[in-house]
Amino acid sequence: MASITITDVSKTYPGAKAPSVSGISLAIRDGELIVLVGPSGCGKSTLLRMVAGLEDISGGEVKIGDRVVNRIDPADRDIAMVFQNYALYPHMTVRENMAYGLKNRRTPGPEIEARVTEAARMLELGPYLDRKPRALSGGQRQRVAMGRAVVRQPSAFLFDEPLSNLDAKLRVTMRGEIRRLQKRLGTTSLYVTHDQLEAMTLADRLVVLNEGRIEQVGAPLDIYLRPASTFVASFIGAPAMNLLDAELDGARLRLGTSVIELGQLPGAKGAVTLGIRAEDLVPSATGLPFRTDFIEELGAQRLVHGHIDGQPLVLTLDPAMQIDSEMRLSVAAAKLHLFETSTGKRIATAARSGLAVPQPA
Amino acid sequence: MNRIKPFDHIILILGTLFMCVPVLVAVMTSTHSAVDIHMNGLYLTPGDNAVGTYQTVLTRQGGFTGQVTGLTMLMNSLILGIGFAVGKIVLSMAAAYALVYFRFRFATFLFWIIFTTLLLPLEVRIMPSYQVMSSLGLLNSYTGLIVPLLASATGTFYFRQFFKSVPDELLEAARIDGAGPWKFLIDILIPLSKTMMAAIFIIMFVYGWNQYLWPMLMTTEERFFTLMRGIKQILQVWIGSQIPDYNEAFALAVLALLPPVIVVVVFQRWFIRGLTESDK
Repeated sequence: MASITITDVSKTYPGAKAPSVSGISLAIRDGELIVLVGPSGCGKSTLLRMVAGLEDISGGEVKIGDRVVNRIDPADRDIAMVFQNYALYPHMTVRENMAYGLKNRRTPGPEIEARVTEAARMLELGPYLDRKPRALSGGQRQRVAMGRAVVRQPSAFLFDEPLSNLDAKLRVTMRGEIRRLQKRLGTTSLYVTHDQLEAMTLADRLVVLNEGRIEQVGAPLDIYLRPASTFVASFIGAPAMNLLDAELDGARLRLGTSVIELGQLPGAKGAVTLGIRAEDLVPSATGLPFRTDFIEELGAQRLVHGHIDGQPLVLTLDPAMQIDSEMRLSVAAAKLHLFETSTGKRIATAARSGLAVPQPA
Repeated sequence: MNRIKPFDHIILILGTLFMCVPVLVAVMTSTHSAVDIHMNGLYLTPGDNAVGTYQTVLTRQGGFTGQVTGLTMLMNSLILGIGFAVGKIVLSMAAAYALVYFRFRFATFLFWIIFTTLLLPLEVRIMPSYQVMSSLGLLNSYTGLIVPLLASATGTFYFRQFFKSVPDELLEAARIDGAGPWKFLIDILIPLSKTMMAAIFIIMFVYGWNQYLWPMLMTTEERFFTLMRGIKQILQVWIGSQIPDYNEAFALAVLALLPPVIVVVVFQRWFIRGLTESDK
């Protein structure tokens, strides 16, 4: 068990102009499950691999526990890693796969046996111990890969998109298993994924990365409710948050032909980006004029695509609700998110209450 | 079910006959006596002289000095073939491992230099090679027979391509599992290369087994003679009215045929099993 402290870490590949990871600092508490999430090429895997010791660190410092590990071999960092393609040794049985790391560490035989048996019991791999990986299904292989990490009893687990090769249904099951296992063992974990749903459901804390920098760190719900930038707003949550061009005029927010009274002065003026979650929009007698384009059925709810004053908008509605080709929408004032148009940064606003009913200008 | 197409079968049967009949003729003819063969030509039926001929061929003290038997020649050929195959596998595997997994300068350049030597046949460098072995005093020795031919661009190339196809994650997983370069090679890479090794063993064993020119240059003592030279020798006795021992030549040819066949059959099974089983 250990904390992981990442201080001002950066990585520039030889020959590359821009750094892949630049100046990232992150303190991971003991026993915490941190998920690094971002689009491909955002540097999340590079960061993980630097913690693992598979990539050299160009600048900054990585500490596992109290030990700076920048120059320490991956084998001696006391970590275990689960790879996207499982990376099981194809010629070894499940048992040998799990025991290999322990054998290299000269763990006594009976202890290896005990740990492998325990891990196999935990992961329900008992009947497969003497099979080769090729005789296993994708989900079972992934469990073996986890078993290989578990038997080592490391101070940290590193997961590099472990569920990306599984089909959708299995992914949900395995997600639950990883969560349960991690809670049970209480091992500090760093988990990389590009899937925002996986990130939301697994994380104690989420780290959203973009272009090698941290966009936002926080609990999943905090990030969902208060995204720090338009990037985070559009990346976290499905459907993505609606982002609309609007204009601030004192406490009045002008959106196309409508005006929303904010009731208080925000700390900005002029052109801003207004963010509204699809589920925060409700049909009402008056409000934003919405024109319906098409509907996506999700079963439990409906996604209604359309536009207001030429800007595309999505809202989720109960399937029982009637949908007209033209509707009026309103939104709670507290559910409005304002971002600077130029930088995409969130504009701090105090908590508001009441329903913001837009009026025709 | 597909309909049986007679025409396809005829082609297949003809092909099989084309490949198998000469071998059959050799086997059958070797069981007759030299005089019969000289009078009646080749045979397709078994004769009654099989045991005698093969016994003579394997045990008779032949040659100029009377030192060499068929068995010795068989041994020599085996030493040459196996030495070749094993040596080449070890050497080219080591070279490929260095080229693929250790980042040193000019690695690619070095590889291409090795690779271009593929274009040079043994015959081109046979005199300098002989000269070197001669100065080292290695003529008439197994070392001299085997070592100069061990460096193999083909083998290095095959192993390099194979190592490159092994996923990087496997190396990374092994590093995290605490395996150093040696352990990775021995515990992971060598077991994974089994099929590759089987394939190269087949090719190289046959190549070594069939060497004729090089052993002839390198060895003058008869106790180093290989089977290939033995066959040649039996047929070279046509002096005056003496009849060459056709039966013995055929018997020796059949004997020369057997080990490569066994190697191919055994390793091919392994080779195919590896191909169908492995998924990296």
